[in-house]
Amino acid sequence: MTPPRRHEWADPLCWSLVLLLALLAGMGQLGPLFAAAFPALDRPVYVQDSFMALMLAHVGLVAASSAVSIGLGLVAGVVVTRPAGKAFRALTESVVAMGQTIPPVAVLAIAVPVLGFGPTPALIALALYGLLPILQATISGIDAVPPGARDAATGLGMNAAQVLTKIELSLAWPVIVAGIRSSVLINIGTAAIASTVGVKTLGSPIIIGLSGFNTAYVIQGALLVGLLAVVTDLAFERWSPQLAG
Amino acid sequence: MTGWRVRDPALALLLLVGLVAGYSLAFVSQAPNRLVSGTGIALTALLEWQQLWPLAPLLLASVLLAPTRRLHALVAVAAGLLCNVWVWLAAEQAQRLALTSSTIARISLGAGFWLLLLLSALALADAVQRLCLGAWARLLVAIVVLLPMIYLGTSGGLEALSLVKEYRNRQDVFDAALARHLQIVVATLLPTLLLALPLGLAAQRGRPVARRLLTALGVVQTVPSIAVFALLIAPLGALAAALPGLHISGIGLAPAVVALTLYALLPVARSTAAGFDTVPQAVVDAARGMGLSGRQVFWQIELPLALPLLLAGARVCTVQTIGLAVVAALIGAGGFGAIVFQGLLSSALDLVLLGVLPVVAMALLADAMFGAAMGWLQQRAGVQ
Repeated sequence: MTPPRRHEWADPLCWSLVLLLALLAGMGQLGPLFAAAFPALDRPVYVQDSFMALMLAHVGLVAASSAVSIGLGLVAGVVVTRPAGKAFRALTESVVAMGQTIPPVAVLAIAVPVLGFGPTPALIALALYGLLPILQATISGIDAVPPGARDAATGLGMNAAQVLTKIELSLAWPVIVAGIRSSVLINIGTAAIASTVGVKTLGSPIIIGLSGFNTAYVIQGALLVGLLAVVTDLAFERWSPQLAG
Repeated sequence: MTGWRVRDPALALLLLVGLVAGYSLAFVSQAPNRLVSGTGIALTALLEWQQLWPLAPLLLASVLLAPTRRLHALVAVAAGLLCNVWVWLAAEQAQRLALTSSTIARISLGAGFWLLLLLSALALADAVQRLCLGAWARLLVAIVVLLPMIYLGTSGGLEALSLVKEYRNRQDVFDAALARHLQIVVATLLPTLLLALPLGLAAQRGRPVARRLLTALGVVQTVPSIAVFALLIAPLGALAAALPGLHISGIGLAPAVVALTLYALLPVARSTAAGFDTVPQAVVDAARGMGLSGRQVFWQIELPLALPLLLAGARVCTVQTIGLAVVAALIGAGGFGAIVFQGLLSSALDLVLLGVLPVVAMALLADAMFGAAMGWLQQRAGVQ
């Protein structure tokens, strides 16, 4: 059974992206709405920074840390699945399993006082934690490549590098993308929490609102963070359709 | 003789990193009070070479000897000893420094200590893995390694360390946070299991409502925890205002438990569905043919066969809930997160560690317990 064809306007990625951009640009216009909902608040809309600037900072932090995670995770995953790196595989798997048991907020909380406050320690913490799902996905994706496919490629005269890029990585790609997706989504959430340590992200209105009992700020920040995550998730689904369902 | 050859590159790498950490990073650091950062003391400054004999088998195993079971056992013993050597060395150094400095001086564990402890624990875990021990034997190893540290802690040997001082200063806050954290986790897991099992089963049986619910939960799972917590404040606050008899409010325990339950439902429901999916239809048919009723087929055939995946889902959700409960402190739910965020705000690393370490320990413990239960289940299935 083929799924029913959807109209463009019914596409969830499309309307959540439109909603996100509309909220980014027009949160100030919603002032009267928030003022009506929370009459006790003097300032019903967060104005310390523009939401666009916060969004750019948030996306920048996530993009930079995810780029590091993807690079390191892919390389490490490929290395430990080669014959030369096989000896490191068990150790890598233990580190990945143990590391993922630790909550991301714990990594952030330890990295910041050790490395100092500001965006760089947060970036390192995010990149380190985001490495784990990608590394795990790369290892299990390459593992799942049937040996027959490798043998056939070698038989066709491909060298080791060609087998890796044309056969192993391309067959493992959906699994790796799934790993990248969970890594990026974890990072979007952890970046929001990073505003507790002085990094300007979309979490800042939430944290400032929570400490100042300004529920309107909290909702504004939370809506944008939530929408950013949903849009990112749907975009990944679009990029690699095997992720759906 | 082929001469020198790296037999175990992974162990050699751990040794190399350990060497660099021992030489270059602060093992403990000393500060005149808790507000200023201290001066680091490297491991090499406080070590006598006799104390490093447990390193010898690790060195031999990494470069000279062929890997055998006996060698792995020796490496495990040596690595377990090293874990205790680091703790003991740090404690002893702290006591020695405490004698010569004022009472407000702080002697804290440095990056070198934590890294060496982590490397030794990894070497131990690696060796235990290679020994292919059962779940119970692994538990026994963990207890044997931890016992000397626990003894040192309970006999007052660690009192000079700033982390322990911080704990003594806030013992009642810590105990309350522990109780609250456990309360949040239990209050989340009970409704999760009660709701997710029927939900997952209904989804597996193809009920459209259940499938739609799973999709909706998937969206919730996508939204970062801090946003879910935050978005629940207003509706729960309105509910509290409308129904004052319920004793809930927009901040505190209620929104935390509701949000954590929403998060925890998906992994359990999904793995329940996947678990019942793995039950072969032929087995169900055979059981029916033998005259078992629908109820008997469910309890005696399907549920036991689905149990491993069910446990895997419960494992993920328990570990996830323990970690996310930290974030719940931001909306006033308390728990260890309150200590963590207080430490972050006053940039006091010891306070952050006081909140983070028990959370990490709880998560690792829960993970290990589920692992042991799953291993036991597998063993029993193998015997039958």
